[in-house]
Amino acid sequence: MDAILEMRGITKEFPGVKALDNVNMVVKPGEIRALCGENGAGKSTLMKVLSGVYPHGSYDGEILYKGKPMAFRKIADSEHEGIVIIHQELALVPHMSIAENIFLGNEIAKNGVIDRHETNRRTAELLAKVGLRESPETKVGELGMGKQQLIEIAKALSKKVELLILDEPTSSLNEHDSAALLRLLASFREQGMTAIMISHKLNEISEICDSITVLRDGATVSHHSGMVPESQIIKDMVGRSMDDRYPPREPKIGDVIMKVRDWTVAEEGGDGRLLVNNANFDLKQGEVLGIAGLMGAGRTELAMSLFGRSVGIFKNGTVTIHGKSVDVSTVSKAIKAGLAYVTEDRKSLGLILEDSIRRNIPLANLPGVAKNGIIDRHKEGKIAQDYRKAINIRAPNIDQATMNLSGGNQQKVVLAKWLFSEPEILILDEPTRGIDVGAKYEIYTIIRDLAAAGKSIIVISSEMPELLGITDRVIVMNEGRLVGEMPTAQATQERIMSVIIKSGHDLTEEDITPEEIEAETAHV
Amino acid sequence: MSDTTTDRGSDTFGFIRRNIRQYGILFALVVIMAFFQVVTGGILFRPVNLTNLFLQNSHIVIMAVGMLLIIVAGHIDLSVGSVAAFVGALAAIMIVKMGLPVPLVVVLSLVAGAIIGAIQGYWIAYWKIPSFIVTLAGMLVFRGLTMWALQGQSIGPFPKDFQMIASGFIPDLFGVGKPNVLSLVLGWAAALVILWIQIRNRKREEAVGIADEPFAFFVGKNALIFVALAWMTWALANFRGLPNVFIVMAVLVALYAFISERTTLGRRIYAIGGNEKAAKLSGINVERITFLTFVNMGMLAALAGMVVSARLNSATPKAGVGFELDVIAAVFIGGASMSGGVGTVVGAIIGAFIMGVMNNGMSILGIGIDYQQVIKGLVLMAAVIFDVSNKRKS
Repeated sequence: MDAILEMRGITKEFPGVKALDNVNMVVKPGEIRALCGENGAGKSTLMKVLSGVYPHGSYDGEILYKGKPMAFRKIADSEHEGIVIIHQELALVPHMSIAENIFLGNEIAKNGVIDRHETNRRTAELLAKVGLRESPETKVGELGMGKQQLIEIAKALSKKVELLILDEPTSSLNEHDSAALLRLLASFREQGMTAIMISHKLNEISEICDSITVLRDGATVSHHSGMVPESQIIKDMVGRSMDDRYPPREPKIGDVIMKVRDWTVAEEGGDGRLLVNNANFDLKQGEVLGIAGLMGAGRTELAMSLFGRSVGIFKNGTVTIHGKSVDVSTVSKAIKAGLAYVTEDRKSLGLILEDSIRRNIPLANLPGVAKNGIIDRHKEGKIAQDYRKAINIRAPNIDQATMNLSGGNQQKVVLAKWLFSEPEILILDEPTRGIDVGAKYEIYTIIRDLAAAGKSIIVISSEMPELLGITDRVIVMNEGRLVGEMPTAQATQERIMSVIIKSGHDLTEEDITPEEIEAETAHV
Repeated sequence: MSDTTTDRGSDTFGFIRRNIRQYGILFALVVIMAFFQVVTGGILFRPVNLTNLFLQNSHIVIMAVGMLLIIVAGHIDLSVGSVAAFVGALAAIMIVKMGLPVPLVVVLSLVAGAIIGAIQGYWIAYWKIPSFIVTLAGMLVFRGLTMWALQGQSIGPFPKDFQMIASGFIPDLFGVGKPNVLSLVLGWAAALVILWIQIRNRKREEAVGIADEPFAFFVGKNALIFVALAWMTWALANFRGLPNVFIVMAVLVALYAFISERTTLGRRIYAIGGNEKAAKLSGINVERITFLTFVNMGMLAALAGMVVSARLNSATPKAGVGFELDVIAAVFIGGASMSGGVGTVVGAIIGAFIMGVMNNGMSILGIGIDYQQVIKGLVLMAAVIFDVSNKRKS
């Protein structure tokens, strides 16, 4: 049978960045297509073009659906044709019931009056289809992520979906819920539904998908139908061998500069769960220390609580720098003590997006560009220019608003801001999340040069190859505790994963098969 | 990567587009003034009317500089009209009923305003109660307290020296009479200083190679400001001289424009409004600075309250009703963003004068208060729509 969907020559540009460059994709009816690629490869952008989030006319190229050219101006247009997208961040209203959420914007009503009985009856039918045993009246906020994901799918079914697009559907689900979701997708395939699934999890892809499209830097690199070895997919995604992804480096490691002892932080509100549980570690001068761990292991919480108690409730612990006990109880004291924290969430925690590069850079060290509280704009401009050149921030000029920069350049602005605060110890939280391969290499180079200049650096990363590529030593966190430490030279992804898994409360070593370890390490 | 975007300074059009808001608002003020000058048959710019224009809008301008900081920090203050009325009433009681000396009363009134601002700011900054709610409550509370303090009566008249705050003119030290030479000297000196500062900045920017504004724009804008100031001074000096309150306004505008644009404090206020979390993680004491913007607002509202009661020569229970709306409208017409982080003091002042000129011009034309309200509402809406559509294009 002919293709149900054909995307031809899709090109989409944002200010300063070409997100998609002549992308082609053909999907056959009744298949599950995997869409792979590194962060920033253009997967989500492509799906937003398809679903009308980016309206027709804002991109170049052609979309043929069931053989007819489509020009979606809004999401409702694509949904009308049976194309439904489920975004990575779920779009449910927590205070509303399951039924209200499913029919939100599409209410079953007569003359504007909602028919509650019919709504609940139809909801019950849909819930049965997705295998969720909950009352339609249940508030969505009371349900876990797995069930919320199923509600999103039920919502898609209510719209008579023929082509379902899922953006990393299992990224926030546990193993059990993920497996259930994949089984559900397989059963929909039996009934003739087509799906496109964006995923990073190669084990899931090989389990359920019929074919694979790989994007890299906004362009289609390969199509595979049927099974291909994971190594092939990774190679397509990354585009170069692992060897030259990281700049070469000769570590010059000095004495211990910072000691963290008995660091314990509890969650704010709730049941006071410990986010960081009795953490002890040392950091040496010129060292790049990696912190590995799964999502929610407490790595960001450790970093942010050290940086002025910016998260959770401080319980216990001391920090000494150069052998002296230091006060890091507020952000400004932490900065004075020589710390800097580069957030993982640069848009909402790192930058003033409306403001220019020039105004963002001195924000953590305004006295550095001021005399008696009066800002020297010329000095400020010069400093911004210097950083722009030094770390290659690609922007037309320093008065460019940071919201118009690409992710990699935004990250460089945040880095510049913290470099200007002249820290001795830099904590980088997911420094390369969502930025393209080229910019990653530049960030790694900056890290290397900083370490060579005698700064001490802590890198938190979920990308294990990155940790292995740029650090000197890795500590492993799980459930708020430091559960392992090893020199990077002796570390492997498998070894780190097994430390994490062995430390888990619910699992014993016997429960873990090598395949599972392999699977967990397959995040690229 | 950057080849799709044009380089700096190379095109005038790009510069206009980036700065359309600042030029747009100034242009709108010029057009509105020209319009009313023509349709009122030249009455608008007569020295007597020009003097009135400043006297009648002084309280709005005084409060607009404080409100600008509040709105830039991402908050709002609905209580300023009531606070102005309450402090005006306090001042009246202290002067008329208790016979306290005027300078002492001025100081005590400013302190009272600061305390009121501190009380409201405390709940907003440290308890994170939305400013809309805290100041809405303040609006009711201080209106009620005004009525209670005045027992429903007006208190007045004031002694001459208190009236001078609002309706006095600077003395003629040189004894020439008309024109008032001191006014001329001050006004022209100010115009020259502004011009000198602009030229100096331009030179420095050129030296570092970061001059953004096309040269023709720089010349045009500064010529316009200089000529306008010089001419206005001449006109006022030939009437009764510069009003005292004009000097107060000019000093406040200069001071707050400087604070907001050039100091670390100002930069921190913008950062808080632009992205509070990022500001906090940059070591900025968000709570204290938010608190201080409200203390400052209370003090300026107190000053405005004194100016208004001095001008009316009595404190009345109904004084200052609706002031908060005029002040907030001026700030938004001046280009501030409801979500914080964006806006300028100069813009807010221009916004205040757009409202003021329209009030004045429409009153001269004998347009009813009903139509005036409608037209002012539409102008506010048009300014904001202009902002939003502008943002979408970019």
